[in-house]
Parts: sequence; C-alpha cells; structure tokens
Amino acid sequence: MAAMGRTLFAKVWDDHVVEERPDGSVLLFIDRHLIHDATSPQAFSALRQAGRTARRPAAGLAVADHLVPTADRGGPIADPRLAVQVAALEANAREFGIPLLPLGDATQGIVHVVGPEQGFVLPGLTVVCGDSHTSTHGALGALAFGIGTSEVEHVIATQTLVQSRPRQMRIRLSGTLGPQVAAKDAALAVIAAVGASGGAGHAIEFAGPATAALSMEERMTLCNMAIEAGARTGMIAPDERTFAYLEGRPMAPAGADWQAAVAYWRTLASDADAVFDREVAIELSGLAPQVSWGTNPAQTVAVTGRVPDPAGFAEAAERQAAIRALAYMELAPGTAMADIRPDRVFIGSCTNARLSDLRAAAAIARGRRVADGVIAQVVPGSGLVKRAAEAEGLDRIFQEAGFQWHEPGCSMCVAINGDRVPAGQRCASTSNRNFEGRQGPGARTHLMSPASAAAAAVAGRFVDVRELI
Amino acid sequence: MEPFARVTSVAAPLPIDNVDTDVIIPAEFGVTMERGGLGPHAFNALRRFPDGAERPDFVLNRDPWRQARILVAGANFGCGSSREHAPWALRDFGFRTIVAPSFADIFYGNCFRNGILPVRLPAEVVAGLMDQAGQGANAVFTVDLEAQLLTAPDGGTHRFEVDPWRRRCLLEGLDEIGATLTARPAIERFEAGYAARRPWALPG
Ligand code: SF4
Repeated sequence: MAAMGRTLFAKVWDDHVVEERPDGSVLLFIDRHLIHDATSPQAFSALRQAGRTARRPAAGLAVADHLVPTADRGGPIADPRLAVQVAALEANAREFGIPLLPLGDATQGIVHVVGPEQGFVLPGLTVVCGDSHTSTHGALGALAFGIGTSEVEHVIATQTLVQSRPRQMRIRLSGTLGPQVAAKDAALAVIAAVGASGGAGHAIEFAGPATAALSMEERMTLCNMAIEAGARTGMIAPDERTFAYLEGRPMAPAGADWQAAVAYWRTLASDADAVFDREVAIELSGLAPQVSWGTNPAQTVAVTGRVPDPAGFAEAAERQAAIRALAYMELAPGTAMADIRPDRVFIGSCTNARLSDLRAAAAIARGRRVADGVIAQVVPGSGLVKRAAEAEGLDRIFQEAGFQWHEPGCSMCVAINGDRVPAGQRCASTSNRNFEGRQGPGARTHLMSPASAAAAAVAGRFVDVRELI
Repeated sequence: MEPFARVTSVAAPLPIDNVDTDVIIPAEFGVTMERGGLGPHAFNALRRFPDGAERPDFVLNRDPWRQARILVAGANFGCGSSREHAPWALRDFGFRTIVAPSFADIFYGNCFRNGILPVRLPAEVVAGLMDQAGQGANAVFTVDLEAQLLTAPDGGTHRFEVDPWRRRCLLEGLDEIGATLTARPAIERFEAGYAARRPWALPG
C-alpha cells in the first residue's frame, strides 16, 4: 500500500515530536515563544521559586501589549498596577535572558502583530503564546496555538509541551470577495457557518482558491479568528506570497539559510491525497459585509440583514443563547442592522490593526466626519504599523475626520489597560470577541471589518460600507 | 500541583452554554502578579450589580451553593481567552470539579494544572444532573477521579473518561515540568537532530 498523504498540520507536528508517550500524547518541541505582560508574571515567579532557568532564551520574544496605555506614552505609566506589571515583564525578560522589545522601542506592539513583522515566526515552526489568538501565526504556515500560564512556565523551562494530537478540519474557501468585503467578513461568515464551538478539538487548515488569493495580512485576520470557532489553531500552507512577505525581515533567515528554509517550506503543503477528519466548503462570492449582533462571534449576520428572532433557531440551546444575547445587547428581534447606532468605534487589535486594515478604514474616513456623539479611536497594532501609517498620512486623515490616533497596544480589545467601553454603550469594533463584558463591564460589542467600523463611525449607524464608496 | 482524589459536595447549576473566560473572570481583574485572590471576583457580572451589591437570585449567592465545590455547566464552558485566571478564580472560589457536556480546549487543559477536574458527560446526562443540582442542600454529588465515577444524588453513577496522563498528574499532584525535565536526554537528542536538519530554525 502506498503511504498515505500527509496534511500541512501533520508535517509540522511530526517534525517536532520529541517523544511519544505511552498514553498517546507527545512531548512537542516548541520553536518560538511570544511572551507578554498579562499572562507571564506568575510563570516567572514560579520558575524563580523552583530555581529553574530558561532552556533556550533566544527562542522567546517578550513585548508588553495587553496592559500598556495607548493614549499617552509621554511619561511613566500612571496606573501603578499596570506600571508594576509592565516593568515586571521587562525585568523578567532581562533576568532570564529573553530578547525584549521594550515599551519605548519603535518595534513594540501587539504580540501577534510583532511576531510576523519581525520575521520571528516562520513557516513550519511551532509557535506558542499565552494568548488564545496565537492562531494568527498560522497564516505563515506555522503551527501556532495559545497556552495558559502554567504552560508558559513549562515552555520556558523545557522548550517543550505535552500535547495530544488534535483532529483535522479543512475549510476550503472559494469564490471572490467583492469590493469592500474584507477577510474579517469572511472570518465572521466562516464562524457563523461552523459555530462558536464547531471547530473544538480540531486544527483548521484554510485552503481553496479564495484563501490563496488573500494577502498575508488578510490571512492573519482569518487565522486569528479560527479560535472563535473553537479550534485549537488555524493554518494556511506557505506559498510564494508567504516567502515574499518574510524575506529580509529582521529575524528571518538570510543567505544560504534562507535558500534552505524556502526549499523546505515548499514541501509543507498538504498532499493531494491527505485525509482530513472533517471537510467544510464555503463560497465567498456574494458575501455582504458582516456584523455580529450577539455575544459570541458566531452570532453574526450581514449588515443588510436583521437581528434574528430567537424563535427561528431550531435548537433549544441556540434559542436560549440568542435570548440571553439579545437581552444583554438590548436589541429587539427584527431590528434592521442598519438601524443600530454605535456610541464608540474601535479600530484596533491583533485581528485588524495592520497597515492594510488602517488603509481600508482611512479610505472610508477620508473627507468625512465622525458622527456627532460617537467617539472613535484607531489603535495601530505596532509601532512599525503606526510609523508606516503616519508616513502615508493616514493619521492626518483619521484625525481630520475626528478619530483619535493612539499608541500601539491591545487597548479596547480586552479593556484592561484603562481603555474601555462604558457600561451600556455600544461599540463597533474590529477586534475578535463580543463576549459579555469583554470591552468593559456592561459594554456591548459588535464585531466588523475596519472599513465597516469606519463607516459606522461616520454614518452614526451600521451601514453597508459598499454604499459609501 | 494541587492533587485531587475525590470531592463530595452540593453542585451549583449554571445552565448557560458558551460561558466564556471573560464571564468567569472579567479581564479587568486579570491585572495581577499572583495566582490567588481571584475567587471574590469569579462570575463578577453575574454575581453582582454594577454598584457591587450581590444579585440575590444568582445561584452562587444563595445557600447551599455558596459552598458548592462542584459546578454543573452548559456546553463549551470556558471558551475564549487562554488566561489561566479563569481556573485560578474558580479554584479560589472553592470549585474542584466542573461538569459539562463540553469544554473549550485551552481552558480544559488549564483546569488540570490548577487542581480542578473537568468532567465531560453527554448533554442529556448533564441536563439530568442540572435538575438534581437545583434541588438544594440534600442533593449531594461525589466525583471520584480514581474510579472515574460521578455519583449523583439520585444514586445514579456516571463513568467519565479522562486522559491517563492528566489523571495521573492530578491524582499525584505531579509537577509536570519536573516530569518533563526527566526527559532531558530525549530533548537534547531531538535538538541535535533538529539543528542538523533545520539549521535556520533555531535562534541563538
Ligand atoms: S489584541 Fe486582543 S486578542 Fe489580540 S493579543 Fe491583544 S488582547 Fe489578545
């Protein structure tokens, strides 16, 4: 019998198995470890307490993002709780010899923006971070997944993790995204189709012609949201676009190493006869811009649609979830999405704060004004994104339109740095989670693309961004 | 790691699907350098009004469930963030076991490392347990990890599956990092081979 073809996932996984364990789990070698301020202090204190050191400090990269203020970086951090924890990250990284991008540095930013940007993450590598949206890096063909603090500690000490092999799902995307329809819209549509826990226990490979047609930044948006379908990770086979994106990045291999790496990366795509545990096909042609109406990202409809009636859901659990979500969101069934008015607009996060995202939002903001009563802010994903945007004059376009222009960080995606949506207010957000209280206690989040969020800001209501062009 | 053998307690029913980590412990309480101390903030938005007063109708604000060490929850419990603050908060509140039809992957693993046993049982079984849990002080459950058995107040027993390694770690309170470090020769062998075949992949 001919050997069965292997998937992208299997090729990367098998390449990192240190040992198989009697119970079927494996000890998996970890190539890259991104470390940030919110989930690492307890790991470092435990290591210190046990007298343990970092096995491969150079395999780590530390950067503060979750807790950093984004309004003003002039002086020291005003809130002492935040200041202490950001300082602790930097001190811990230095003590354990882990490379650090300090807060004052031009390269500082959200871990998942910085990792690819620096060429720290590469195809075929295993990448972990104490943040669930680590799946972002799967866009480069890496096997990347989020871990808890105890695992952060485990990786620093051993450069490995004990893992059981997930099942595999392939999502083939076909068709073409229309004008002003973004990767975020595709991601939300995929999650709505698969369900908030439909990917549980699976590693997702995004494939098909519509995936291949996405830019690297769009692929990152798509893989970033894989976790919102409950998946362990999302990944995309590396191709010429991936190599072009990485070549010359500060931490990417160079010279003969680059040649050898690319030769290997070309072998990573899933074999034609590879078998997946589950196959899903989604057609993207004709997809309208998407907006979430509920409190999980699968509760999403087209902006041209209406808030659904819970009675219309066949399954009792879904019906209950919808009733609960509508109460929290203070929305009536049947409300046209286009009649919903935001109080806040947040353009940021590791989902949608890269240069192409800011360009898409700026194209809508240009020459328009943020509607009365709406507070809109743009938070670039990294210092380099911010600088590049400023070099193109995007900051001026935003500010002239009445958007606030911030310093890089997670900001209102997770609302622990002081930026938050006040209770009862409604936010049009380019982030990844619309959970109850995610953007602040009582905050109501509607997920959408950067262009749609900018459109909501200037129109003062949710609007089909295609009408504004 | 804190060991776990068995727990006998009333169980708090929380019949909501997709309870996410931000509901378990709002991120604002995640600004902390410690693992402990989060229990008072667990389920904050469900437990308290915005002014901090307790919501009298919420199950964990009522007797006997204030003392519950078992939580019976809906499907996809613990979805969302990888922040270990969620199991820290549950453990600090007093929970040792969570019973649900399904759990989010990262949260499920995080529980074991913090002395909490997550028990997966079929949805219809959990629905029955939910009803019994609501009956109050006399409805006592026992969850036995050694036997992999949950005994319900009605005397019904339900066997649950658990990964053998995780079971052993939890039963023995094993230091997982210490255990991995005993495999150091295997890690070193792997690294030598890896450095030879992927010289570009290892930084520093
Ligand atoms: S932007 Fe949001 S999702 Fe991304 S790393 Fe920060 S907190 Fe996590």
